[in-house]
Amino acid sequence: MTPQAEDRPGLINARPVRHPGRWVAVVVIAVLVAMMISSFVTNDKWNWSYTFQIMVQKPVIQGVYVGTILGTVIAMAVGIVLGIILAIMRMSNNFVLRGVSFAYTAFFRSIPRYVLLSLFAVGIGYLYNTFQIGVPFTSIHFFTLDYQAYSSTVWIGGLALGLSEAAYMAEIARAGILSVDKGQAEAAQAIGMSPGKTMRRIVLPQAMRVIVPPTGNETIAMVKDTSLFIAAQITLELYYQATLFGSRTFQVMSGLMAATLWYLILCSVLMVGQSYLEKYFGRGFGAPSAKAQQKLQQVAADH
Amino acid sequence: MSTTQHSGEPLVHAVNVTKSFHGNQVLKGIDMDVHPGEVVCLLGPSGSGKTTFLRCINQLESIDGGRIWVDGDLMGYADRGGTLHHLTDKQIAAQRREIGMVFQRFNLFPHKTALENIMEAPIQVKGEKKAAVRERALALLEQVGLKDKPSAYPAQLSGGQQQRVAIARALAMEPKLMLFDEPTSALDPELVGEVLKVMRQLAKDGMTMIVVTHEMSFAREVADRVVFMDGGVVVEQGPPNEVISNPQHARTKSFLSRMRQEEQEHVEHLLEAAQRKEPDLLADVEGGQTAAGPRD
Ligand SMILES: Nc1ncnc2c1ncn2[C@@H]1O[C@H](COP(=O)(O)OP(=O)(O)OP(=O)(O)O)[C@@H](O)[C@H]1O
Ligand SMILES: [Mg+2]
Repeated sequence: MTPQAEDRPGLINARPVRHPGRWVAVVVIAVLVAMMISSFVTNDKWNWSYTFQIMVQKPVIQGVYVGTILGTVIAMAVGIVLGIILAIMRMSNNFVLRGVSFAYTAFFRSIPRYVLLSLFAVGIGYLYNTFQIGVPFTSIHFFTLDYQAYSSTVWIGGLALGLSEAAYMAEIARAGILSVDKGQAEAAQAIGMSPGKTMRRIVLPQAMRVIVPPTGNETIAMVKDTSLFIAAQITLELYYQATLFGSRTFQVMSGLMAATLWYLILCSVLMVGQSYLEKYFGRGFGAPSAKAQQKLQQVAADH
Repeated sequence: MSTTQHSGEPLVHAVNVTKSFHGNQVLKGIDMDVHPGEVVCLLGPSGSGKTTFLRCINQLESIDGGRIWVDGDLMGYADRGGTLHHLTDKQIAAQRREIGMVFQRFNLFPHKTALENIMEAPIQVKGEKKAAVRERALALLEQVGLKDKPSAYPAQLSGGQQQRVAIARALAMEPKLMLFDEPTSALDPELVGEVLKVMRQLAKDGMTMIVVTHEMSFAREVADRVVFMDGGVVVEQGPPNEVISNPQHARTKSFLSRMRQEEQEHVEHLLEAAQRKEPDLLADVEGGQTAAGPRD
């Protein structure tokens, strides 16, 4: 016996569950935000116009480019390359390589970056005025470098931070490499690939899926750590330049806010970039994202 | 024991191969010759060393004793005046180019499309021109029945399709020898046939193959010779109809009867699956079967 059409349940039109607690929370937050905005606008001591002026001063902009951005790029480049090398050494069959990698990581993890930068600025210049590469215990040199010429530049600062970063990147890279199924390396070897090529073309690209997200976080942390450069007497850098303006004109707060806003902008851009990288290295793993599928459908519908 | 007489050199010549893992001897002196164009199926219970032996042939494992020659090359070592010297990683990689391997779990490169998986080795290992390799790769995809899937990533393919891409990837290096390690045992029963079909054609085209498999019907139909291994030794070998239909050793007998039972269950499983999908269609078939002679 089938029920008549009018007896069968139709569309659902139910009342939603009420959440009074959520509404209270929303109201409280709205009031707090309004108070904050009101204070930003009405309290003249914030002096926003001067903050924005500082942000676009030439030395400040140069500080952003050279100290913060170039410094981060150098430090992360050194950190990533050296970190991957350390990770591969750590997994080597040779116990000397394993030991060196372990000792390096232990050493650089223990030294605060501020102290490391100071050491690079003062210590190395004092101990080794010039770097020479040659045969040990002889006076044969192939290559000489004057340390003083670089000592207060972003190159030395980036190198110091990069050496420290490598210790952390090594762990991240190792986790990434270990996350790749062993069968991948075996399949690559079975088609005749050398171990080096297997690592570069098959294992590392897959490890990237695991490596990229934490590396993005490390990069964002590094942007902020370039504010330590003054420890190595590197002055062409955002934080130093912005606060210099502020203290010169007794508008300390404006200087600090100028630096803060710049860091906020830089880190936001990086976070967007990170999500794109994650998509790129995630290709071939799982179905395309809901958004990509939507896009594909749109493209199909447009035809 | 009757083996066909072959003229000329064997492609694979393994003598007294031994291999231990942490003191546990897994291969206890394996002798095996495989001649060009021959298809050899390796049978044996779990843990008998089939996979290990296959991996030793292309040096994914190093052997402790004995020698393996492939196409006249001593694998893994250079013999200089009676003294063996280890080959370098590069030299070992070069020896592997002659040998294709297909894994139980496919092991396709997930970050590359089907076509890129196939093109990888000829370009990266042999340094061939991209355009020529591309053409050959597309032809290989057609050969394995996947003409319409060049830009699919492995995750977008079924197990059977992945395994066929994996076969095409191995073939792209134009190997002299193909090793298969249970190529269908990770597949759903309904996908086994499409992979076996590709392998059958490959055998017909004259490829030299060593196949570890539990597919008795495949062994019976395609193999020139079956080799039964147990406990790290070759127990019995010969033409499939002799060894499979009339095994001489007790161990072979008990293994084969167990396999037959599994095969029976497997067929029943397939029928069940088909019935779930198309009950009407199968009812007819079964009606016919019942008329011809009832199954129990
Ligand atoms: N890497 C390894 N380390 C230690 N023991 C191993 C290793 N590989 C294989 N073995 C051991 O060697 C024996 C033979 O293994 P193998 O994989 O060759 O067997 P098989 O015949 O292929 O079995 P199956 O049918 O289950 O695949 C097993 O006891 C296994 O535990
Ligand atoms: Mg096995």
